[in-house]
Amino acid sequence: MTPLSQLLPGQFGKLASLNPERGVDQRLMALGLLPGMVLKLVRKAPLGDPLAIEFGGQVVSLRLAEAENLIVDVAADCPIQRPRQP
Amino acid sequence: MSSLEAGLLVALVGNPNTGKSTLFNALTGLRQRVGNYPGVTVARKSGTCDLGDGRKAELIDLPGLYSLAAASPDEQVVIDALSGNIAGDRRPDAVLLVVDATNLLRNLFLASQVAELGLPVALVLNQADVAKEQGLRIDTGLLSRRLGGVPVVLTSAWKGEGIAEVRRGLGEALTRRAPMKRVVWPTDIAGALADVTEAASADTGKAITAADAQRLLFDTNPSTADRLGWTAERREKPLRAARDRVRNSGYNPMAAEPLVHYAWLRTALEGVVSEGHGKAGRTAAVDRLLLHRVLGPLLFLGIMLGFFASVFWLAKFPMDWIQTAVDWTKGVVAPPLSAYPMLQSLVADGILGGVGAFLVFLPQILILFLFIGILEDSGYMARAAFIMDRLFSWCGLNGKSFVPMLSGFACAIPSLLSTRTIEDPKARLATAFVVPFMSCSARFPVYALMCAAFIGPLYGPGWESLVMVGMHCVGLVFAVPTAFVLTRLVLKVKPQPFVLELPRYQMPKPRDVVWRMWQNAAEFVSKAGTVIFAITIVVWALSYFPRDASVAERVRAAHPTESAEKVQARVQAAYVEQSYMGRFGKTIQPIFDPLGFDWKITVGVLASFPAREVIVSTLGVTYSVGEGAEADSQDLRRAMQDAKWSEGPRAGRPIFSLAAVLALMVFFALCSQCGPTIATLAQETGGWKWAAGSFVYMTTLAWLVSMAVYQVVIRLT
Repeated sequence: MTPLSQLLPGQFGKLASLNPERGVDQRLMALGLLPGMVLKLVRKAPLGDPLAIEFGGQVVSLRLAEAENLIVDVAADCPIQRPRQP
Repeated sequence: MSSLEAGLLVALVGNPNTGKSTLFNALTGLRQRVGNYPGVTVARKSGTCDLGDGRKAELIDLPGLYSLAAASPDEQVVIDALSGNIAGDRRPDAVLLVVDATNLLRNLFLASQVAELGLPVALVLNQADVAKEQGLRIDTGLLSRRLGGVPVVLTSAWKGEGIAEVRRGLGEALTRRAPMKRVVWPTDIAGALADVTEAASADTGKAITAADAQRLLFDTNPSTADRLGWTAERREKPLRAARDRVRNSGYNPMAAEPLVHYAWLRTALEGVVSEGHGKAGRTAAVDRLLLHRVLGPLLFLGIMLGFFASVFWLAKFPMDWIQTAVDWTKGVVAPPLSAYPMLQSLVADGILGGVGAFLVFLPQILILFLFIGILEDSGYMARAAFIMDRLFSWCGLNGKSFVPMLSGFACAIPSLLSTRTIEDPKARLATAFVVPFMSCSARFPVYALMCAAFIGPLYGPGWESLVMVGMHCVGLVFAVPTAFVLTRLVLKVKPQPFVLELPRYQMPKPRDVVWRMWQNAAEFVSKAGTVIFAITIVVWALSYFPRDASVAERVRAAHPTESAEKVQARVQAAYVEQSYMGRFGKTIQPIFDPLGFDWKITVGVLASFPAREVIVSTLGVTYSVGEGAEADSQDLRRAMQDAKWSEGPRAGRPIFSLAAVLALMVFFALCSQCGPTIATLAQETGGWKWAAGSFVYMTTLAWLVSMAVYQVVIRLT
């Protein structure tokens, strides 16, 4: 179990938990980021923050501080559901 | 056409980046009207859409959004519009839902929320060309059946394909009035929703719709409860009980809505999309370059510098033409009026001056919006925000503040309009508040005059250009701490979430970009234009009246040997000196004395509150070199270099000392001297409170900093 903020660019993880009370997580859930979803940390911005994550065929930017509360399960064989870029 | 059909109203709803505006333009042609929703700074765009069967419908283009859980003013407007809660607008007869055909699942989340409103729906799967390229095949018949028989149409609005089918689908939805199939709630959630409906309806005496009940149960945002008049004390207990009921059934009440909707949608979409062989798309590859650790920021800087330089330099030519045209018109209109000097001055200096004062902003506004349109529609704007966010987040702004602030170096007015791209209302407000600090192009003539007349001759061209560059940074230096103080201490905002989709790159459609540019320019002319015009007329009147012929006679008698031209300049100076503006300037000169300003500069400062560049021509008048003085006028430079204090402790010393020159430039860098900016700020922040705050803050700050500069430099030199 790792905070999403500690993933390396290119690494995949399965969302284990988020905090539905938080505004950020509510927005992410509306975009389809729900527990059990596989996501990929695509890259960090040139200044290290924010992050770009890919899930459900879309790339979304969120800040490092916001990614700390998203807990992911980093599995070795964790292919993203739709490897296609939007 | 029956009277009922004549009044058809359709709402266009969809996620951002689905090509919704392109579809809107394609459906309505250019028969559009732009207004504002009451009380909020959200534009209301509507147009007439032909349904292809003799009927017409009014189509409203609602702001793009991902969810009906209202977080921003834009999102609230969509909810209010769809439930018929906007003053002056009735509830739409149908909803035209636009979704991205390449990402149906995510897009249909909003669609399934809209379905809860019970309105007839037609579904448009846009960007079908891209889906086809990616090898996706969509069974629209199956999707339509799964969604309860609503019309489902595949289109490519960019290519203009499938537009006739959209019209037909919309017509069908309006005729059959069949709503979209709704999500099936688990028993306990359905029960909790029923509990909320019953309690809210009992407390408020109003009919509670299914959509209202969901917003009440699932959102922490109280806007729905407030609208229904369900008070915090009354709703607290029943809502807690209903949420506990949801929680006991195994769902977190704050997560239940997306969980249930997405699960339902996954089932509904089974077998609808089949994947064949297709190209992956170039977005990921382009991002590897444009968001590269080193190259990304360099390319970003290059793009932004190019963008800014274009706005600055491209606009120069049309601005010159406008100036020439205004001057030419003056030359034609003024001479026949010479028998009526007051009317002549009103027409030439007041009316034409006022028209010219706002027309001259138009080229920059048009070009700025052209570029912003290209950046947005191509998908690069989101990347720019991604790259810049870190630099802005610490002071309560976000990556989207960057473009308005950069544009502010050209002109604050279009920049203020462009803050609309910032969703977070507090970040938007803070950005709008600091934009006027950016050194706009109207400050340039002031710096140019001062540097060319004093810094250059005394210290050489090296210092001259250094001071020019420095002056352009003064505003920025004060803007960033201002934003910090404003967001942290005044607005007391916690850092706001910044969740931003990085959409697929796309070629902007020229018609959309040009059309939006035109709409923004038209809005500027109609709103700010009238204010600028009015202020210019008032300032003209204050510096024209009173005008007693004896003043001119006295001047002529005192200088019998001088050329007619020179005497005329002296007469003008004498008139301004005894005008209301001149008298007022002399009266309040003591306020500006600590800044090293004499009464002539004070009058210049006062006259340039509506538009700061006016200082140059005003100094031209007060220093008796005649009207029409420009920043490169040799006569004006000499007159200013020769100007000495005539009385007081500084008598005999030059007025324009290094200290006074620097103080004057700093004053102009920081002071709120632009009527249109104030008017636009009021318009964009939804009231005069922030506009007045900006005026008082900037002007006070300008006085303080300028005074400090003068007092320090005068002691050092």
